[in-house]
Amino acid sequence: MKTLVIAEHDNGRLATASLNAVTAAVRFGGTVDVLVAGHACDAAVAQARAVAGVARVLKVDAAHYAEPLAENLAVLVQRVATEGGYRAVLAGASSFGKNLAPRVAALLDVAAVSDVVGISAPGRYERPIYAGNVMVTVESDQVLDVLTVRSTAFDAAGSGGSAAVEEIAAGPDLALSRVVGRELSKSERPELGTAAVVVSGGRGLGSGENYHRVLDPLADTLGAALGASRAAVDAGFVPNDYQVGQTGKIVAPGLYVAVGISGAIQHLAGMKDSKVIVAINKDPDAPIFQIADYGLVADLFEAVPALTSSVAAT
Amino acid sequence: MKILVPVKRVVDYNVKVRVKSDHSGVELAGVKMSINPFDEIAVEEAVRLREAGTATEVVAVSCGTAASQETLRAALAMGADRAILVETDVELQPLAVARLLQAVAGREQPQLVICGKQAIDDDANQTGQMLAALMGWPQATFASKLVIGTGTASVTREVDGGLETVELKLPALVTADLRLNEPRYATLPNIMKAKKKPLDVLPAAELGVDVAPRLRHVRHAEPAARKGGVKVADVAELVNKLRNEAKVI
Ligand SMILES: Cc1cc2nc3c(=O)[nH]c(=O)nc-3n(C[C@H](O)[C@H](O)[C@H](O)COP(=O)(O)OP(=O)(O)OC[C@H]3O[C@@H](n4cnc5c(N)ncnc54)[C@H](O)[C@@H]3O)c2cc1C
Ligand SMILES: Nc1ncnc2c1ncn2[C@@H]1O[C@H](COP(=O)(O)O)[C@@H](O)[C@H]1O
Repeated sequence: MKTLVIAEHDNGRLATASLNAVTAAVRFGGTVDVLVAGHACDAAVAQARAVAGVARVLKVDAAHYAEPLAENLAVLVQRVATEGGYRAVLAGASSFGKNLAPRVAALLDVAAVSDVVGISAPGRYERPIYAGNVMVTVESDQVLDVLTVRSTAFDAAGSGGSAAVEEIAAGPDLALSRVVGRELSKSERPELGTAAVVVSGGRGLGSGENYHRVLDPLADTLGAALGASRAAVDAGFVPNDYQVGQTGKIVAPGLYVAVGISGAIQHLAGMKDSKVIVAINKDPDAPIFQIADYGLVADLFEAVPALTSSVAAT
Repeated sequence: MKILVPVKRVVDYNVKVRVKSDHSGVELAGVKMSINPFDEIAVEEAVRLREAGTATEVVAVSCGTAASQETLRAALAMGADRAILVETDVELQPLAVARLLQAVAGREQPQLVICGKQAIDDDANQTGQMLAALMGWPQATFASKLVIGTGTASVTREVDGGLETVELKLPALVTADLRLNEPRYATLPNIMKAKKKPLDVLPAAELGVDVAPRLRHVRHAEPAARKGGVKVADVAELVNKLRNEAKVI
């Protein structure tokens, strides 16, 4: 049995979500190939072949894969998956994977399974539905399954591998779409999806200025990534990629500190698998306290600076 | 330009759903149903394009049981011009919906389809991408801004690292994210008007599409509940617990 992982990369660097996808692919019990389609992507290929558990890296280098556009990639993956006789095609459940995987599945005329958090056997998967309020076991008799897998449910594959690299032919350039602009948030902080500690702020912060004035020092002290509720993003406190939740990022850090967040189910869906949850909220009845390991009923504008200096002092 | 907007009837986002005691599914009896929130955003965007004179007609489509007529009326009350119900009692999975929508798009010949990014019941986030694949159209998922040009659409997408803008050749498919717009509330007069707008019912069987489920949902369960925690009195106790009990700092 063979599985194929679609690498997510920017030609230079492999995304960590792809390492988690390799671990999920290993659960199928067969050999794992990784497809790296890009342009001038030798660095990404080199990283992919060093991932433990990978048998082969299929490299496709062409100008029309310089950007990870779903239209061109889906046609390529369809061909590779069919010719290679794969049992499953996997990608991380990132914006890249979610954009691409269903398109691949439709071209292959198979159902796709999104946000997989468990693989008990090939063709038997677990995934959350209804904002994580229900876990469903999904069974498939398809010859080929297309999956996106949650990074929080599968460890990142290690390094030390030395997979064979095979160059394969490019697919057509459909020229249906092109990238004309990109506005990526730059940050020196750890990546939200993989950080060991996340400090998240909600509407209670009141403004973007307050958000940064109150939370940045705490995040600096804890070496944390910063996150936010939808309300904080909608109000323009922070950019969209800070959003944690059902329709934002899914995180499961060792420590999640929710500040001025009420705890709507859509927010909880994105963070309730964190190991330790701290909530700071002035409303003792805020639903966030029902899932917090440590709840502090307090005004965040006093409590957070005090917490920061207390942690920094030792 | 004609715009097609697929809308799904889902459990309202405020409802805390319960798993049936035999684990066969989710308890839907007596539960409040609404139009999928992302589809509301999609309808709003389409209606704004028509109000701006960019679009000529907005057609809402829903696939499902007769009850979805209610969802279509909600879209009509927001300003869609007419509606189509593709009626079936079969449990529809995203690929089946995409195939039905493909058949409808074949008849209607829209230049643009705006889906929601995900249905908040199955949380699949698949149907739009699948429809785009079946049509051979370009796609822009997770849209937070949409500008129609001549023969093109420029779409800003919410991606993991921030924002990305893509240009698509029309006809194209877009899926709406939360910040594309803020949907209007339907006013009472518009709700009344919506009752008179055309709503065609098309039996799914007439479209000659394979809608059989490809996946079996064999067991539903509530996720392991978190153990309730404690309230701490002050910052000092919090730091003490984090350091000595949880050992996370
Ligand atoms: C389709 C859909 C998808 C959604 N997806 C997401 C998602 O992915 N992620 C997400 O987060 N939400 C999502 N939401 C929104 C969600 O339902 C809530 O509206 C949102 O999470 C609320 O954000 P909040 O907790 O910051 O704001 P609020 O609910 O307004 O809570 C603010 C909290 O701050 C507290 N507070 C105020 N001032 C202070 C102070 N001085 N000190 C201490 N505490 C204070 C208040 O007591 C209150 O509890 C979604 C909603 C829908 C309909
Ligand atoms: N039964 C349906 N009828 C009409 N549109 C649907 C249906 N199911 C899904 N959609 C559309 O596809 C989007 C994504 O749904 P999903 O792939 O199920 O998450 C929704 O926001 C709708 O726009």
